[in-house]
Amino acid sequence: MSFTYAPAPESRSVVDIAPSYGLFIDGEFTEATGGKVFKTVSPSSEEVLSEVAHGSAEDVDRAVKAARKAFEKWSALPGSERAKYLFRIARIIQERSRELAVLETLDNGKPIKETRDADLPLVAAHFFYYAGWADKLDHAGYGANPRPLGVAGQVIPWNFPLLMLAWKIAPALATGNTVVLKPAETTPLSALFFADICRQAGLPKGVVNIVTGDGTTGAALVAHEGVNKVAFTGSTAVGKAIARTVAGSDKKLTLELGGKGANIVFDDAPIDQAVEGIVQGIFFNQGQVCCAGSRLLVQESIQDELLDSLKRRLSTLRLGDPLDKNTDIGAINSAEQLARITELADSGEAEGAERWAPACELPSAGYWFAPTLFTNVTQAHRIAREEIFGPVLSVLSFRTPDEAVAKANNSQYGLSAGIWTEKGSRMLAVASKLRAGVVWANTFNKFDPTSPFGGFKESGFGREGGRHGLEAYLDV
Amino acid sequence: MPTTVPAHGNDAAGRLTELADVTASDSALRRFLHGLPGVDAVGLEARAASLGTRSIKTTAKAYAIDLAISMIDLTTLEGADTPGKVRALAAKAVNPDPTDRTTPRTAAVCVYPDMVATAKAALTGTDVKVASVATAFPAGRAALPVKLADTRDAIAAGADEIDMVIDRGAFLAGRYMDVFEEIRAVKAECADKARLKVIFETGELSTYDNIRRASWIGMLAGADFIKTSTGKVAVNATPSNTLLMLEAVRDFRALTGVQVGVKPAGGIRTTKDAVKFLVLVNETVGEDWLDNHWFRFGASSLLNDLLMQRQKLSTGRYSGPDYVTVD
Repeated sequence: MSFTYAPAPESRSVVDIAPSYGLFIDGEFTEATGGKVFKTVSPSSEEVLSEVAHGSAEDVDRAVKAARKAFEKWSALPGSERAKYLFRIARIIQERSRELAVLETLDNGKPIKETRDADLPLVAAHFFYYAGWADKLDHAGYGANPRPLGVAGQVIPWNFPLLMLAWKIAPALATGNTVVLKPAETTPLSALFFADICRQAGLPKGVVNIVTGDGTTGAALVAHEGVNKVAFTGSTAVGKAIARTVAGSDKKLTLELGGKGANIVFDDAPIDQAVEGIVQGIFFNQGQVCCAGSRLLVQESIQDELLDSLKRRLSTLRLGDPLDKNTDIGAINSAEQLARITELADSGEAEGAERWAPACELPSAGYWFAPTLFTNVTQAHRIAREEIFGPVLSVLSFRTPDEAVAKANNSQYGLSAGIWTEKGSRMLAVASKLRAGVVWANTFNKFDPTSPFGGFKESGFGREGGRHGLEAYLDV
Repeated sequence: MPTTVPAHGNDAAGRLTELADVTASDSALRRFLHGLPGVDAVGLEARAASLGTRSIKTTAKAYAIDLAISMIDLTTLEGADTPGKVRALAAKAVNPDPTDRTTPRTAAVCVYPDMVATAKAALTGTDVKVASVATAFPAGRAALPVKLADTRDAIAAGADEIDMVIDRGAFLAGRYMDVFEEIRAVKAECADKARLKVIFETGELSTYDNIRRASWIGMLAGADFIKTSTGKVAVNATPSNTLLMLEAVRDFRALTGVQVGVKPAGGIRTTKDAVKFLVLVNETVGEDWLDNHWFRFGASSLLNDLLMQRQKLSTGRYSGPDYVTVD
């Protein structure tokens, strides 16, 4: 007999998904002009969850106009009044967190463990945090009475649908801006539930507008002349296109783009915890994290020992039904994404890297990719340079701290990095040389609303979170 | 180039010989212990907590409850212990739930040395072992000859297992070799007559780095089991220190081929807690340790909670404290 965990599925009856959803404009759900719709499916089962309106350029125009109208009153409110709404939204999110966690897992494919224990608490925390700033903007370091920008056009990705919404909407509203947000095509549902939360909180009409659709909808939003500020999180390619669109206009822009984070393990690291940190760094949300620690740089003297430990640990990861509370690895978000991961992983093998994955059975329906690691990787391999955005770890080695820093920085990206060592002086010395927006020491993928987040180089510019996150939404 | 290379490879004997060098002198042992990978407290506790969120239900829970019962060292370590109390405990170990004879027996009863004979007599003809806390338990503050005599007495009275405490004073003073030698001396006394469990009193060692070092001293000195604590101090077994010790026995086996058991003791009172510990074992060292030869719970009140949960699973209803025996 062995200790095999019985299934422990979270109930999906706590969430009520309607067969179809419209656009949320000026406080009302409306059909898309022309009536175009698209389907959103559950990545773990390919089941169609709902039909969602496909917003056109006209719909975007309607939404921006509603936001413009609402801006007059919203920006004139005292900060303490805006704070009341934000606190109310934060509390409703907490109250409805189980429902939202299940919804997010259904629509995105990530394990319920992560939506329940990471995403939702952070979503609420972001609203609470920026609610606290709303009446203290005079003390944020941008001079007395800093002014909002106007209408913010925001486009967010599918990897953390609700969390990215919170990162965008909470600071925008706290500073007095109004919002038109375009959620990702594959994960629109939690944003539509959030629209309902705005109504529940009594938020004035037009302050938050949600326009669902694909890349064309997003492009229309970014290009709209009534938008004063564009905020985008997503791929570097799309980020570059947005930068071109916005160039020459007086729109303010922040971009959070791709990454290829280096996770550096020195020979004096706490090995068992480093292994956990590596797992957390690359297998959290199936590696579909822009700041994932997708390049493991390990000191040559401990490489074999560390890899043995890592492989043993990967063999204990549980892949399967994301609604099961014991699942560690859920589904890949879409067939398209799965194809991209598969192609890049195959290129790793073709270029001579050694592929390893634990023996694990993949479900027959849905989009799945086993946690994978590549050894014998060099800086010249595609898998060491391009963002894979999936559960694929590339292992490289180094011999000296200087070499580690040089390799870590030898990337077009610069979003995150990790350092593992028991020696405090080494930690500080290396951290100060890394060209990355976030450097974690003896941990990885830790987020907090008080901590600014953003990139260097092709990982984008601007900061979200913390006091720094206010700047992007203020005329300073 | 040196003409000889150190023995490497998978042969366990060769590796143990190689490790013998690290206990050749005080300074060699110190260098070895301080060269072990450090422990990051935040990371260790986060891992233990995340394993604590595993959801164990239905068949897995039934399996875990029976496994936990079979791993208990049913313990009474009070100054007020009497032969009657020990006989009652032995009866309960053999037949934990009089209403359900399918309930597994506990692994052992654990008593003071003067009670070993009583326990042994009460357990004759069963496979329940008698464990005894020797070596001036719980403080360990006695001269080595006294500790050895204590151990000898317990074994002579029939103890199958000896739970010894280490000299925490010597450890904290950095006299690692003294700790090592003392364990070795007691192990020699146990020889092949009794299995030796070495208690570190982790609450008094205070840091995780110390707990890892103590674990290695114990294993190098020949411990059959490493055990968290006596149950007599404020902080006893925790998921974190047990996880750390599991990692140590895992690493030791990988290096030497020798498997060492783990026993968290003190403070584990509920089924929920016990199941969390089993999850730690399952996901850290795996099936090889999911057996009462390699993993034990040092507990007395845990058994009743396990029995009540077991009754709940078989009847569908919660019983209550009156449906299990007080001792």
